[in-house]
Amino acid sequence: MTKLNSKIPSGSIDTKWTQYKASVPLVNPANKRKIEVIVVGTGLAGASAASSLAELGYKVKAFCFQDSPRRAHSIAAQGGINAAKNYQNDGDSVYRLFYDTIKGGDYRAREANVHRLSEVSGSIIDQCVAQGVPFAREYGGLLSNRSFGGTQVQRTFYAAGQTGQQLLLGAYSSLQRQVGMGNVQMYSRHEMLDIVMIDGKARGIIARNLITGELERHFGHAVLLCSGGYGNVFYLSTNAMGSNVTAAWKAHRKGAYFGNPCFTQIHPTCIPVSGDHQSKLTLMSESLRNDGRIWVPAKPEDAKALQNGTKKANDIPEADRDYYLERRYPAFGNLVPRDVASRAAKERCDAGFGVNPTGQAVFLDYAAAIERYGKIEATKQNLSNPDSATIKALGKEVVKEKYGNLFDMYLQITGENPYETPMKIYPAVHYTMGGLWVDYELMTTVPGLYALGEANFSDHGANRLGASALMQGLADGYFVIPYTIGNYLSQDIRTAAIPTDHPAFVEAENNVREQINKFFAIKGTKSVDYFHKRLGKIMWDKCGMARNEKGLKEAIEEIRALRIEFWSDVRIPGESNEFNPELEKAGRVADFIELGELMCLDALTREESCGGHFREEHQTEEGEALRHDDKFAFVSAWEMKEVGKWELHKEELVYENIKIAQRSYK
Amino acid sequence: MSTTGMNLTLKIWRQKNGNERGRFETYPVSGISEDMSFLEMFDVLNEQLITEGKDPIAFDHDCREGICGMCSMYINGQPHGPNDRVTTCQLHMRSFKNGDTIVVEPWRAAAFPVIKDLAVDRSSFDRIIAAGGFVSVNTGNAQDANSLPIAKENADEAFAAAACIGCGACVAACKNSSAMLFVSAKVSQLALLPQGEPERRERVINMVNKMDEEGFGNCTNTGACAEECPKGISLENIARLNREFLLANVSGK
Ligand SMILES: Cc1cc2nc3c(=O)[nH]c(=O)nc-3n(C[C@H](O)[C@H](O)[C@H](O)COP(=O)(O)OP(=O)(O)OC[C@H]3O[C@@H](n4cnc5c(N)ncnc54)[C@H](O)[C@@H]3O)c2cc1C
Ligand code: SF4
Ligand code: FES
Repeated sequence: MTKLNSKIPSGSIDTKWTQYKASVPLVNPANKRKIEVIVVGTGLAGASAASSLAELGYKVKAFCFQDSPRRAHSIAAQGGINAAKNYQNDGDSVYRLFYDTIKGGDYRAREANVHRLSEVSGSIIDQCVAQGVPFAREYGGLLSNRSFGGTQVQRTFYAAGQTGQQLLLGAYSSLQRQVGMGNVQMYSRHEMLDIVMIDGKARGIIARNLITGELERHFGHAVLLCSGGYGNVFYLSTNAMGSNVTAAWKAHRKGAYFGNPCFTQIHPTCIPVSGDHQSKLTLMSESLRNDGRIWVPAKPEDAKALQNGTKKANDIPEADRDYYLERRYPAFGNLVPRDVASRAAKERCDAGFGVNPTGQAVFLDYAAAIERYGKIEATKQNLSNPDSATIKALGKEVVKEKYGNLFDMYLQITGENPYETPMKIYPAVHYTMGGLWVDYELMTTVPGLYALGEANFSDHGANRLGASALMQGLADGYFVIPYTIGNYLSQDIRTAAIPTDHPAFVEAENNVREQINKFFAIKGTKSVDYFHKRLGKIMWDKCGMARNEKGLKEAIEEIRALRIEFWSDVRIPGESNEFNPELEKAGRVADFIELGELMCLDALTREESCGGHFREEHQTEEGEALRHDDKFAFVSAWEMKEVGKWELHKEELVYENIKIAQRSYK
Repeated sequence: MSTTGMNLTLKIWRQKNGNERGRFETYPVSGISEDMSFLEMFDVLNEQLITEGKDPIAFDHDCREGICGMCSMYINGQPHGPNDRVTTCQLHMRSFKNGDTIVVEPWRAAAFPVIKDLAVDRSSFDRIIAAGGFVSVNTGNAQDANSLPIAKENADEAFAAAACIGCGACVAACKNSSAMLFVSAKVSQLALLPQGEPERRERVINMVNKMDEEGFGNCTNTGACAEECPKGISLENIARLNREFLLANVSGK
């Protein structure tokens, strides 16, 4: 077994990064101009990395499959971004953000990385404000904060319910500035379909021009994968339709280990499934748990009545409501971390207390918040004895200002008005903590190949806290990679650009073409979506919110069978040399099928419960996740041997600064 | 949850690529639930076409949450369809009734050439942003975020302008195919913030010049853009752009 070298610098936790930066080799400006870097992805991680590297003088080529870099999935993030600024004077600090993140991740993240993330978090906010990102502000003109799950301080910066959009547009504007200056060449509507390896190093990619279907070869001294998460392996998720694992998977096939593939985040507040036609699930931002109260009826007969439509939420009297999060977790209440909140909802629904016809929904209620805000507003406006209608109207205004776009979205999708009746929500797949294994420098096990943002496994352990993915993506791109890549590239200044007629490029391109031809040759009877839906169902049922040995073993067999069926019965219409979304999907689903098997294998191997990974065999008497630190305090890093065959490598997790403990939010 | 199924007739623009001529094709669909989104209805139709061995309809979409700006259908003569402030992906079938005929076309504008069927090329928008839609600040140059207080009013107004999703419905709605609303949204956002001040003049001139160069038409103040904009970008932004442009030219830069 090869030893994984995480390259964590020595020294005390709060000086590691400073010392690293002070001693990392640099590349001088004249040499930077000769070095080319490929960035796959233009979300927060990719856009920030591409623009920052271009500003430093590197020649950058950036790729995305959407029609514009501005449309990367980061655009959809709603709630906010964390930073340890302590602007609220409520006791926040770099250490506390570090601690909360390690604890929130259920002690399965690497200390050194998380501390660094926490250290640079403040600079991210500074950078974004300087770009003109319009964060929410208080009347005094200073930045506003709100709280998110798993923390007891207010450290989340936001721009209404459109934080990801505003952050991405900021990073995109920096990227476009570099495009305009000729420092970045942008390839939109291009999909990376393979990594090119020369002498054991990543030296380029094969990309398909999605409009013409042409395969292109691109050289880079280094390749950065910023290609996002793989939640769509479940078919239904809150991810954008195009989000996929292909870039990471091709890297995995070329030798990059995959870290903790089974760590998936199921988000507690999403709009429930409405029927078989459903193509994606919509998140209702976690920020809604700040003010909203979650409940189900306390009496089974009320639940029945809600399910068959004879009662409505407002018919259930206060005394007959079970605010189960407040009941079970008095210290954190509705703000427990996501994994805990999701499981609690599943537990109530499995017990028969679900509130919609499928029994798979709970209420998220804003009545109390509207009343509370209304009263505060009335006092502010010096209204004496306002009637309840006035209070309600004032309260609605406040809620509208904070969450208006989310409420509109809910109305649009469900046809119900959340200002008047509680929203119905249910957990849905949202984020993948797992991803390509990377060392402290964000390099994968393939030299010269890096992974940033959601595509890597690095900072969130077994569960990510809300508002921390945006932070991580931008930390990786703006403040980590510009330093760490120097360590590799400084040794590469003598390597001239390798011509793309090199046999390795030719071979990689041929392999990609072969796979495309194979797809068309099948001429089967079923659409790509048909297989994707079936894969999603297996994953959700057997590798979703709760997992057990029997189910996982079955899932592995079912996925293997599905893989064979897919490769003999899928039908791809049209041709390869044209704009062909079905062909794009086919490639992605082929990779998802292989990934699904690995996720189940990882979940089967990890015989403990931690964070988002809940093995039914391992729980406390109260139904909480039960970790086994003696046996599983490691990162699983999987090496692919061949399709359907992997070898497990372990990176031991050493906790020198935080005492590892049972997580409690009571 | 509704189990009623609608039967609809779809007249959809089919065009193999940018070089060939397009035409309308008619497709019946049935069993459409009112809980479906407009794009989910297209999924159903495409599934049907694939099973019949036909070429499915190409259309752009990604987030299906009304925020990425990728979806772009011209539905019954309106960009993004009949509802106010709603993108194509957020339009739900409960806005239609059984028996309806729905006509679907791509955005039409010289600066947005058709790629295939309903998908068009909007990269001209990216080039306009590259010409000036930014603050020139390199990573690492920033001061502490709270050392620059900004009146809430201005911050909110800048945010409202920054909400533009770059979908191009404004261009599709305009008889001149003008991109003024899109450009003015970015110009406004940065003109309202102190961070945008140093480059205020070059920005507006460069962006407007680029817009003209890309082949967008002139603005004749019909207001169709703001009416169809799914994000409520207001005409005030165009007025502000005009002021900014005038000022920049007067000051001779
Ligand atoms: C609905 C929703 C709300 C969220 N809200 C929050 C929040 O409030 N706070 C928070 O912290 N996090 C939130 N998250 C999580 C967060 O948004 C994501 O984890 C983060 O934005 C991922 O950024 P990224 O840069 O890693 O990847 P992405 O933004 O997903 O970008 C991936 C990029 O890679 C490109 N790409 C992928 N594959 C290829 C390929 N093969 N070839 C070429 N290009 C490719 C894509 O085109 C895209 O440009 C939310 C997530 C969702 C789904
Ligand atoms: S101004 Fe409105 S219609 Fe035009 S691109 Fe922006 S969001 Fe779309
Ligand atoms: S698909 Fe993203 S806005 Fe419609």
